[in-house]
Amino acid sequence: MSTSVKEQWIADVQPAHRVMRGAAILCEALLQEGTDTIFGYPGGAVLHIYDELTAYSGLINHVLARHEQGAVHMAEGYAKATGRAGVAIVTSGPGATNAVTGIADAYMDSVPLVVITGQVPRRMIGTDAFQEIDTLGITRPCTKYNYLVQSAGELAAVVKEAFYIASTGRPGPVVIDIPKDVTAETAPFVYPDRVELPGYRPDLPADARQVRRAVERLLSANRPILYVGGGIIHSNASSELMDLAERLHLPVTPTLMGLGCFPSGHPLCLGMLGMHGTYWANMAISEADLIVAIGVRFDDRVTGALDKFAPHAEIIHVDVDTSSLNKNVRAHIPILGDARSVIRQMLELLPDGGIDGQVRLAPWWNQIRQWSEYAPLSYEQSDSVIKPQYLVQQLYELTDGDAIIATDVGQHQMWLAQHYRFNGPRQSLTSGGLGTMGFGFPAALGAQLAFPERQVIAFVGDGGFQMTAQELATAVQFGANVKIIVMNNGYLGMVRQWQEIFYDRNYSSVQMGCMPDLVKLAEAYGTVGLRATEPHELRGVLEAGLATPGVVVMDIHVAQEENVFPMVPSGAGLTEMVLG
Amino acid sequence: MRHTLSIVVENRFGELSRIVGLFSARGFNIESLTVAESLEPEIARVTLVTTGNDRTIEQITRQLDKQIRVLNVEDMTALKHIEREMMLIKVRAAAGPERQEVLSLAAVFRAKVVDICDSGLIIESTGNWEKVNALLELLKRLGVVETVRTGVVAMARLSQRGFDEEAGEEEIAV
Repeated sequence: MSTSVKEQWIADVQPAHRVMRGAAILCEALLQEGTDTIFGYPGGAVLHIYDELTAYSGLINHVLARHEQGAVHMAEGYAKATGRAGVAIVTSGPGATNAVTGIADAYMDSVPLVVITGQVPRRMIGTDAFQEIDTLGITRPCTKYNYLVQSAGELAAVVKEAFYIASTGRPGPVVIDIPKDVTAETAPFVYPDRVELPGYRPDLPADARQVRRAVERLLSANRPILYVGGGIIHSNASSELMDLAERLHLPVTPTLMGLGCFPSGHPLCLGMLGMHGTYWANMAISEADLIVAIGVRFDDRVTGALDKFAPHAEIIHVDVDTSSLNKNVRAHIPILGDARSVIRQMLELLPDGGIDGQVRLAPWWNQIRQWSEYAPLSYEQSDSVIKPQYLVQQLYELTDGDAIIATDVGQHQMWLAQHYRFNGPRQSLTSGGLGTMGFGFPAALGAQLAFPERQVIAFVGDGGFQMTAQELATAVQFGANVKIIVMNNGYLGMVRQWQEIFYDRNYSSVQMGCMPDLVKLAEAYGTVGLRATEPHELRGVLEAGLATPGVVVMDIHVAQEENVFPMVPSGAGLTEMVLG
Repeated sequence: MRHTLSIVVENRFGELSRIVGLFSARGFNIESLTVAESLEPEIARVTLVTTGNDRTIEQITRQLDKQIRVLNVEDMTALKHIEREMMLIKVRAAAGPERQEVLSLAAVFRAKVVDICDSGLIIESTGNWEKVNALLELLKRLGVVETVRTGVVAMARLSQRGFDEEAGEEEIAV
């Protein structure tokens, strides 16, 4: 609905200070925050809220998931794709516990979410009432902040704060636990125009001296590299990053969470680094004399063995989260601040013209080119079986690198990261930190509902898809135009790969002995299923599937025992890659 | 190394568990913990003693600083500060030379006898961590039955806060 209609509603229907029940205060507050879509699942403790929601149809669209985990992943997909906080509503007890995986996923990957959980009435809290659980206690370690609302009178202010906390600084999930009687109790609706959080200052400017020192180092380094991650995307710093990289001719390596923050096909982009990163990105960061790390957290999947990580490099670390600084790796120049403002500060300090990075860094780039020629990303093509890498390449060709693609965790995720060259930010939606199977499909669904005109694809494995496949019902019910590509190898592929390499092929519970017929499954949900089992069928199935409106499940049978290479074995340094 | 952290936090429901939770979740150690309302009732002061190398203490401080309702975190160990802890010590000492020994030790440490019966007594000792422990170690040889400690509280000295003219008395060492 258009902004003006919404403003009209707020002006006409809800004069300030009108007394209303908590459920209505909640809906009004959500409207004030610009919420147009809620993903959820009703239940006893949220009955008043659901009763109220019908009065807001057309203003707030409620998407009924089939499982609370799915609802939260949808909200995550919506948030990752739009940059605005996603909203989910679940009931108390099992509703809340089912939501925890999604909340934890959002916490690890800094996804702005506001999750509303029902709670038993205030007088029954602590009595082990029906569907009572200590939601505050359970979610405390996996939320940026959480609230137990004590009265209808404070609800509006809590919602305002929750959205502010979720979306600013390092974004994250905020849980609002609302006892059922609070949603029935009445209070005047007063929406505060500002929040007061004296202990939370996400927008403090970075220390100018530190930034100056960083720029001096950057201008004198011989083997510099930009190591960039999700923080670039959260702060919308892609164009500033592009400026910085191009003006100084710097090599750029994104993390998994940073894919798309710098165009993967750009000549300065080395591809992803880390466990399954490119050989040349890992060699470059290992041989660099200066690492400028922005919006990253030196995750163990990126650094490999810490004692062998980048032994020659001075490290400049820019992050908005103070606890990321000096956590895993000691930074020589730690800079606390928002990625975009810090890069802007850096750009202002660059001398006008006259920086010939191309000439000065020529030896460094030659070295990088040699590494990339020594071990390019490669695989053996086959006439008889679809290679998963080939599948990704075909998908890339057909979508020109412009699709929004959500994945789960595992082999398919790594092949997509290696071979799909994302053009821009907020296209790659993946579960990086928590590594949640079942994330991809509902996340794609949430993103698709936010961007009905975009090509949105869930690229998932046969294991992960079965963890949230019930959301096919949601997708069909809400007319989502989402394409699901199941990379079906009959195995829990990444676990199988580790069992093959590190456990002497002792395959233990990794074979999907029973797999439903995915074409029939799609049909059972009243939608379209397609299948490709041979390489010559692949292109046709992808073309048809992507062009068919609505929900399409593409069951792509790929080589069963293909491994993801290159690979840094667990505990090894980045230069000790197994090339395949 | 042992560090005393002074944490100023909004005095709200659940904030203490958030602080304690982050210690257990990240494998940091809590040696002692005290919490109470400050001069302003809406603000609480948490004094927390922890151990770790510089890197760990830095990470603990950053993790605390990051908390939404935490207003300030200060590593008192890096400042001139006054530190106090109170301990109640139940000692088994019947009337006679042993009891005399306990009483004279208590006097040396300026500890108070707060309860006494035929078979023993309870001593209240206040001081910094080292002093309270020193008394405890001496009393242990005589038969300590039980101890209860308040945990450490700490306050930065006036002299480093621009109140030089009002500078507090020197801390009395034992």
